[in-house]
Amino acid sequence: MPLLEVTGLSKRFGGFVALDGIDLAINQGERVGLIGPNGSGKSTLVNCICGTLVNEAGTVRFDGEHMDGLLTHERTHRGMARSFQLPRPFVTLTVADNLRVPLLYTVNARRRHSLKPADLDARCGELLALVGLTGKAAKLPRDLTQVEMRKLELARAMAAEPKLLLADEAMAGLSQSEVDDIVSLLIRLNEGGVTIVLIEHIMRAVMRFSQRLVVLVSGKKIADGGPDSVIRDPEVERAYIGQ
Amino acid sequence: MRNGLFFLLAVAVAIAVFFGARMLNNDYVFFAGYTVLQFILLATAWNILGGYTGYVNFGSAAFFALGAYATVFFYKLYPLPIPALIVIAGIVSGIVGLGTGYLTLRLRGAFFAIATLALAVVLQTFVVNWDYVGGSRGAYIIRPTENVLTGPYIQYLFLLMLALVVLGLVCARGIERSQLGYGFATIRDDELAAEACGVPTLRLKLVATTLSGALMGMAGAPFPYYIGYLQPSSAFGLEYAVNSIAMPMIGGTTSWVGPLIGAVLLGSLQQLATVTISSAVNLLIVGLLLVGFVIVAPNGIIGLVQEHLRGKRR
Amino acid sequence: MDLSYDLLINAVIAGVLLGGFYAAVTIGVSISFGILDIVNIAHPAFIILGSYIAYILNINFGIDPILVSIVMLPVFYLLGAGIYQIYYESFERYGQESLRGLSFFFGLLFITEVLLILAFGVDYRYVEAWYIGPSWHVGVMDFPLRMLVPCIVALILFAALQLLLSQTFIGRAISAVAQDQLALRLMAASPVRIKRIAFGISIATTAVAGALLIIIQPVEPSVGREYIGRVFAICVLGGLGSLPGTVIGAMLLGILESFTATFYGPSWAPAVSFGVLLLTLAFRPAGLLGR
Repeated sequence: MPLLEVTGLSKRFGGFVALDGIDLAINQGERVGLIGPNGSGKSTLVNCICGTLVNEAGTVRFDGEHMDGLLTHERTHRGMARSFQLPRPFVTLTVADNLRVPLLYTVNARRRHSLKPADLDARCGELLALVGLTGKAAKLPRDLTQVEMRKLELARAMAAEPKLLLADEAMAGLSQSEVDDIVSLLIRLNEGGVTIVLIEHIMRAVMRFSQRLVVLVSGKKIADGGPDSVIRDPEVERAYIGQ
Repeated sequence: MRNGLFFLLAVAVAIAVFFGARMLNNDYVFFAGYTVLQFILLATAWNILGGYTGYVNFGSAAFFALGAYATVFFYKLYPLPIPALIVIAGIVSGIVGLGTGYLTLRLRGAFFAIATLALAVVLQTFVVNWDYVGGSRGAYIIRPTENVLTGPYIQYLFLLMLALVVLGLVCARGIERSQLGYGFATIRDDELAAEACGVPTLRLKLVATTLSGALMGMAGAPFPYYIGYLQPSSAFGLEYAVNSIAMPMIGGTTSWVGPLIGAVLLGSLQQLATVTISSAVNLLIVGLLLVGFVIVAPNGIIGLVQEHLRGKRR
Repeated sequence: MDLSYDLLINAVIAGVLLGGFYAAVTIGVSISFGILDIVNIAHPAFIILGSYIAYILNINFGIDPILVSIVMLPVFYLLGAGIYQIYYESFERYGQESLRGLSFFFGLLFITEVLLILAFGVDYRYVEAWYIGPSWHVGVMDFPLRMLVPCIVALILFAALQLLLSQTFIGRAISAVAQDQLALRLMAASPVRIKRIAFGISIATTAVAGALLIIIQPVEPSVGREYIGRVFAICVLGGLGSLPGTVIGAMLLGILESFTATFYGPSWAPAVSFGVLLLTLAFRPAGLLGR
């Protein structure tokens, strides 16, 4: 049974059809890349899966359970996590406290006994080390560089101990080596057991990362398969050259 | 400092304030002091919702007046001791806060703000039309001249308000340092990201509105006994709405200290000003200060102090 | 049936006329809140300001209040543009509108009311014009001219704005600015400038609304606060950003209030708008014609 099953998902904004009957199945442990031209609906799809937006038609099943009607935080509790396209840190909290929030509100919600303060600190430390932000624990988000903010964004998503991570354009505006950094990080996370869907424009990163590639154009899925064959698909080429 | 210790410290300070005031042997100190204490409580209550979660309540007067009119209602029906009235007021106002929140908090923060403003007008309409509590003519409350605990009755009211202030401050500080406080801060900073992190934002917002409303109602409960003659225009007065916002905004909204500073400063200033200049000019100054601070020093006095300290450290 | 047919008909008429006036009051907010997404709760304060200006010029020089308001349109427009500039520089630019922006406008609302109290006191003020007093009778129907004339002016105002928004470049840019700032920039129009113009127009409408208000009823500084609930109730009921929706919402509210006033007493009228607002928010937040 797939971890995430999206069936016939549709979303409109007034007269504009953002998503038109999307079918998508993501299996446990996969590394899936999601690409498509600007405005093709990738972020809208993520928002609908997470519950931030409500879809007009179609269903989302996660881990066998229907997600319809569940609020975003309830979906997070069940193991879905997402990072945002433009990092959205909690600006009045320190880096460490940013990580504390999902620990307090998601991890604790799943456990019978809440984490003790010492454990909380330890986990924050582990997460910071995981993304290479040790030493920045006491800083405020506004004192971080672009790369560091994106790492914080990913670390915060990981703090919720998700089964599925939807990473929305985690690498825009980064240099080549920074991009490689993040891709390696994501592959490491995946090897640790997290299923990851990466939405990206940077083809290098997508090709290196993905075991499977899904292409969205104007709200419709036009390709879904191995990265090499999808890239050579004439429809996909047309979609991109047409831009 | 652990919250338990803070509570004891606060009680100690309160006792010191009370006996210090008694030594001055001037009833005016108690009358003016009561008003300042009332503002501290209102500002602190407002800040739990406005400062911590970022949801603005324009209708503080509504909750305050609810508490006051609950007292009037019971005065006419069956007089109860003020501490009991305070509890009742807290429950009634808390429920109204919860209700208003439930209807409007699933939508944008702006709608909640507008709803609170309209709530004040509507509640005033109800009260004006309700003859049992005096309607637009107002209601007389005959207060005892003496109280067995303190002597002059105003001192009893002052003491009660002191107790409520201690309660409010301990509450606010306790929240700030707790898991709940983190949750509130994330709602203020970025509600969407908070949800994504697993924070049940609606539930927390409802906690904030209920608590905030309840505290404001409690602030209003002793008011009829303080003032002796309660009219809708004084219970729903302009000064409550603007002060409960101006005091935290000017003092600083991110901590329990801000509303305290703002209320003490602005409250005392207004007490002095009402005696020397007209009360309308007094309110004008408050309004101008609010707009001024909001534009120039959005983090209030606390923010200015922090900036200054950070500047010195460099 | 015991119910007086006359009373019913005239309650409806009064409601429709009142609704027309409410549309004039709300149309500015339909622009600032519906299109620009700015919660200007100080809108009623500007209306009251408009009322008092109409009052001064009417009492001292005998000028017709509606004429005054037309003359004041550019002044109020500039006032609105100026306020938007301050709002933008201080808040919108940093994306921190909510708490501070709301407090800013609340402060403005408050300051305006207190200044008016200081300048004019709390006595009710009213204007005089030939159409205040007489009524136009058609059978059992009563059309008080002091309500009919404002209603007609309001509908003219609405028509003018609708034309502006749909036919002129500026107007269409304003409608677009809510939806697609990028496209706007590509059209070489600065979004900030467009928003400033829109907000200016929004405040300019209050000059007219204020004059109409003081024709319909005597005014004192705190009257503005009653209108906050009404204005946003109508906006939400009609659907944010829809001008025709605003007019329909205004008419509905006008009729509801008129019925309440006729059969239950006028002192209950302010509660109607809040009830409408709450019900709409609870059950159909997108409004009747919302986007």
